[in-house]
Amino acid sequence: MDTQTNKLAFDGGWQYAPAPESTDHIHIDERYGLFIGGEFVEPADGGYFTSINPASEEPLAEVATATAADVDRAVAAARKAFKGPWSKMHAAERGKYIYRLARILQERAREFAVIESLDGGKPIRESRDIDIPLAAAHFFYYAGWADKLEYAFPGRKALPLGVAGQVIPWNFPLLMLAWKIAPALACGNAVVLKPAETTPLTALKVAEVVRDAGLPPGVVNILTGAGDTGAAIVNHPDVDKIAFTGSTDVGRSIQKAIAGSGKKYTLELGGKAANIIFADAAIDEAVEGIVNGIFFNQGHVCCAGSRLFVQESVGDEVIRKLKDRMETLIIGDPLDKNTDIGAINSAAQLERIEEYLKIGREEGAEMHQSSCPVPERGYWCRPTIFTGVSQSNRVVQEEIFGPVLAVQTFRTEEEGLTKANNTPYGLSGGVWTDKGAKIFKMTQGVRAGVIWANTFNKFDPTSPFGGYKESGVGREGGLHGLDAYVKLEV
Amino acid sequence: MTLAAVPSKTPVPDLERVARVDEVGVNERVARFQSRSIKTESKIEALKLVLAMIDLTTLEGQDTPGKVRQLCQKAMHLHDRMPGLPHVAAICVYPTMVAIAKKALGQSGIKVASVATAFPSGMAPRSIKLEETRMAVAEGADEIDMVISRGAFLQGELGFVFDEIAAIKEACGAAHLKVILETGELGTLDRVRRASWLAMHAGADFIKTSTGKIQPAATMPVTLVMLQAIREYWYNKGRMVGMKPAGGIANSKLALHYLVMLRETLGNAWMTPEWFRFGASSLANDVLMQLQKQATGVYQSADYFSKD
Amino acid sequence: MALKASRIAVAKTYKIYIDGKFPRTESGRYFALEMKDGSVIANVCRSSRKDFRNAVVAARAALAGWSGASAYLRGQIVYRIAEMLEGRHEQFVDELVLQGMSKRKAKSEVDATIDRVIYYAGWSDKYQQIFSSVNPVASSHFNFSVLEPTGVVAVIAPDDSGLLGLVSTLMPVIVGGNSAVVLASESLPLSAVSFAEVLQAGDVPKGVVNILTGYRSELAMQFASHMDVNAVVHSEFAEDRTRDIQQEAARNIKRVITRSETKWTSASAQSPYLIRETQETKTTWHPIGN
Repeated sequence: MDTQTNKLAFDGGWQYAPAPESTDHIHIDERYGLFIGGEFVEPADGGYFTSINPASEEPLAEVATATAADVDRAVAAARKAFKGPWSKMHAAERGKYIYRLARILQERAREFAVIESLDGGKPIRESRDIDIPLAAAHFFYYAGWADKLEYAFPGRKALPLGVAGQVIPWNFPLLMLAWKIAPALACGNAVVLKPAETTPLTALKVAEVVRDAGLPPGVVNILTGAGDTGAAIVNHPDVDKIAFTGSTDVGRSIQKAIAGSGKKYTLELGGKAANIIFADAAIDEAVEGIVNGIFFNQGHVCCAGSRLFVQESVGDEVIRKLKDRMETLIIGDPLDKNTDIGAINSAAQLERIEEYLKIGREEGAEMHQSSCPVPERGYWCRPTIFTGVSQSNRVVQEEIFGPVLAVQTFRTEEEGLTKANNTPYGLSGGVWTDKGAKIFKMTQGVRAGVIWANTFNKFDPTSPFGGYKESGVGREGGLHGLDAYVKLEV
Repeated sequence: MTLAAVPSKTPVPDLERVARVDEVGVNERVARFQSRSIKTESKIEALKLVLAMIDLTTLEGQDTPGKVRQLCQKAMHLHDRMPGLPHVAAICVYPTMVAIAKKALGQSGIKVASVATAFPSGMAPRSIKLEETRMAVAEGADEIDMVISRGAFLQGELGFVFDEIAAIKEACGAAHLKVILETGELGTLDRVRRASWLAMHAGADFIKTSTGKIQPAATMPVTLVMLQAIREYWYNKGRMVGMKPAGGIANSKLALHYLVMLRETLGNAWMTPEWFRFGASSLANDVLMQLQKQATGVYQSADYFSKD
Repeated sequence: MALKASRIAVAKTYKIYIDGKFPRTESGRYFALEMKDGSVIANVCRSSRKDFRNAVVAARAALAGWSGASAYLRGQIVYRIAEMLEGRHEQFVDELVLQGMSKRKAKSEVDATIDRVIYYAGWSDKYQQIFSSVNPVASSHFNFSVLEPTGVVAVIAPDDSGLLGLVSTLMPVIVGGNSAVVLASESLPLSAVSFAEVLQAGDVPKGVVNILTGYRSELAMQFASHMDVNAVVHSEFAEDRTRDIQQEAARNIKRVITRSETKWTSASAQSPYLIRETQETKTTWHPIGN
């Protein structure tokens, strides 16, 4: 042990043996069609693509590419279901179908967790403890709203919109699906949902759940494919509402594309959240918050706390503790129960992250990575922090969507707030201080839709989530999440 | 009793500057430790380490030389049918039993720890606490487990508590001093952290959660806060301080969680009996049962393991 | 102007309203507002994109103070607008008549305008309670959602209703703590300028409301595209104009609020839900522990 540099020793000594989650009970078909009108069908003319395991680069399944003809079919099926049984059904009965989805997800939780980790690369601990339980909870929460909408909108009558086109990202495949489908169904809409092309499998498993739960055919349609499929959904004339989660650039193009169409839309877009640590904070918990803020889900989190602001008087202390803590993070097999950092979702995303690592170094920032070994195959990025950066660095301004943290110091509350808000994004933010009055001052001051005070990256079905400024339009979750799927009449 | 004491030789640390603790954050961190999965050879290695870290304890009003001798026998021969087992780190007894234990343990290498300072309440004049400490050391105690004056601490008489620890430390001579904070009486994790800081500055070689006589005794959140304080102290002063959670750690799974917490908070240097102890009376047998299960693949019955 | 007095009437100069002042447009341009018979009522400022830019700067500067003011104070200030309007009731009626409205209709329009202002004044410290929530999350956290103003809002006021339409689109914006830059009705611009005088004479802090007159064809896209504007409220019905506004707004993911009322006196033309359109929901988490 080297007390001179005050670095704790985490290598060698007692290590955790591999603890792989069993995959025995998992069944993935060799090939999946499109889920339209309550059944899996062949794609019209798009053929199939392969979904791979980013941790091993091995193929998992063939998945259909939906083209415009398939989108037509799916939207027609959704419209038929909407006009037919779904909107005529008593709201309480509609709610019971959604409860069924929640229950089946809970029953099959382990299976979903394993597939989520296989397909997306996220650690099983997270898919098991966070993604899948939260997704089920989301269905459970919104199921109860189905027959209570009159209480959500005093003085107004809440009517469904019709057919919702939903396009979701690859970072929380099942959870984002739940965020989209649950409130849409609760409000009486039918949906056409497209999962991301790198993570389609849990959505296709949900298609099985929808079928097993006996939902009327066409209420939920799942179309797989890439950007073109998404564009076909967005631009389809018979879609009443677009819900999108993804990058700000794509969100912008969607807002443009549907301009003048009268389609309602909600956009959950990018972020570059400030995580502000004051000297009077509970520093050890704040360090955990930093780790949770940027290394959760490999940093593939739109609300990741990717800009760290530490008050100068505790700057060295926080960074030292953070570096020590980073040494305890285990990178590797997503299915190992002890893995903290899984695989980067795709080769393309890894390339993008590495490009930013290069940019950061070229801009003169000091880069520090944990020393944890990484597997030979698959896509991996060690937890990384950049120090010696300023607001003008690109790694500070741009969303990297990886386990990469940019660290700056600040002196006064006002400086911290000014720098925190000095971004076109406004999705989330973190504030760490032991002083109550300051918490309210700072949380009011940060221009973002979700503020975690003395915590970070917490999610709950009852808690509205969504951005200010270029981080998006609308809220998902909670009472406020219902807005996105209703039209209000007097 | 007046709390006013002679001015400290070393200044009492400013506890206002001790890092704040957020209870919910601590609980979340603990949950992460508990989600670690310890399997196969890693588990066997850790279980043996747990055994080697145990302060096998009897602190009852009904303790007799006979009981203490039996316990010493257990300490030296945990389960001789199973080869390759370590012995426990220490026997922990009342001062009047130190000589008995010392003799019974002979050259086994097992330390004798004695509680002192009017254990468990600490409600006695300092002169008596010092006398008790000197007596235990004279009888052969290798380690002294003192209790802090919780009343004085809660009253804000930090200098009194500090001086008392420093005085006991002096009275310990070559014996190691473990300072029991009795965290179950401190109420908040913030006070646990401050009391840890005070004890370390006053000279504690170890800080210890509990007497075992007050509920709650050791918990993982409390222990984490104390480990964090030890880390902070080491960052600042470069001196290692040991940690002893005591009371309430009765099964292997929980003990393994503590080891995970220790490893990920302080690193390898603390992963030895020299720097970490479990104060426990029934933990050893559960660990032995788990080791036997690992060796045979069959779940065990308590009837096959000696109870002393 | 055909007034009966024997003395020479003093005609009113209609200027624009930026940062609490009444400058002429920096462009020096104007357009003549004519009566049906072709006689000129007034020369109205034909504001330029630079006027708009200056107005946005003023609105941005005013935002912190206005959004930070207590809801009670904002309510008082908005109520004061109504009081001032009441005092100038006749002037506003005359101006509407001058722009071609019947006296009876003008009177009821001014009445409705004043009532609408009071309606929103009353909401200032209540809409938050209607739309906020405490969210019962499963973990040990206190979690609540409140509304905060979206920011600087560009308001393209309806063309068909120079006073009531203006007030109906503007009030829900500012009562919620936003600052605004308004493009007045192009065909009925006079009331907007007089309304600005009310704002100035009242207690509305400078920059909170800025009012421009001019051509929509020149300014609407500026309102929609400016990168420091957070939302655009408009009442454009032409499909291509709606589309263009939304496309330009996409540059910085502006919120686009379309006010499609056809009858500004109707009950649905006022609602707390309209305040909410230019509000953001902020959700805050904090641990509950010792």
